[in-house]
Amino acid sequence: MSKSLTFLLMDAPYEQSRTTTAFRLISAALERGISVRVFAYEGAVSLPVTQQKPHANALHGRSLEEEAHPTPQAWVSALLEAAKEKGITLDWVNCGLCVDERGATEVVAGVRRGSPADFWKMATETANTVVIPTR
Amino acid sequence: MRVLQVVQSAYRATLEEQDDTVLWFTRAIRGAGAAADVLLAGTAVSYAVRGQSAAGLRIGTWRQLHPPAIETEITKLLESGARVVALTEDLAERGIAKEAMLPGIESLGRKSLGGLFAQYDRVWTW
Repeated sequence: MSKSLTFLLMDAPYEQSRTTTAFRLISAALERGISVRVFAYEGAVSLPVTQQKPHANALHGRSLEEEAHPTPQAWVSALLEAAKEKGITLDWVNCGLCVDERGATEVVAGVRRGSPADFWKMATETANTVVIPTR
Repeated sequence: MRVLQVVQSAYRATLEEQDDTVLWFTRAIRGAGAAADVLLAGTAVSYAVRGQSAAGLRIGTWRQLHPPAIETEITKLLESGARVVALTEDLAERGIAKEAMLPGIESLGRKSLGGLFAQYDRVWTW
């Protein structure tokens, strides 16, 4: 089996430290040349939504440009870009029913729609699977 | 109206938000005139520790310019006149000694919570 991992993510953006941890793990895998497949389930389908907008922060005393506010959609794009630079695969699948429930239809380029059957296929085709559920 | 903000969950989305959202909210309502203080409990007592840094986050090709600065958030709350209290038992469970804590944060035992709550018109648990 090729060097590849599957991640299932479940937390919505801006809710848990688990999201940052998941992104760091995926990033570390890509840095090591390991292809990654992501199945975003429930709230996690909102991670790549393009309507996320950075903002200024008066309490931080920084303008929009200075604040450089992170958005998970930018993180997804950065991971896809890193995979491309490495010549490996990052396949990000958003659960279609979860997308419909949340209206999370506008997503960054490179994210596709799928179903639990896609997750099962990912799990059977990769060396291991990490499930990071909501608590 | 005096308000006590009970913060029980630490590091919740702090990297994305570049702060703790409840501490941020507390500063914001204080700016709007609220007499709001903070009780750190549970995992949030970790916010009392000096010298924390979340710098250096990289995700793919993305680099974070401004990590959350919890120490600054707490310091600014204290500077604005807010009282910041941490629960003694929760500090002890995590091995957080007084010397490791930011100056100005009080520690208070669980048995004293009733008396603390009685000083406020509202107690909001987050």
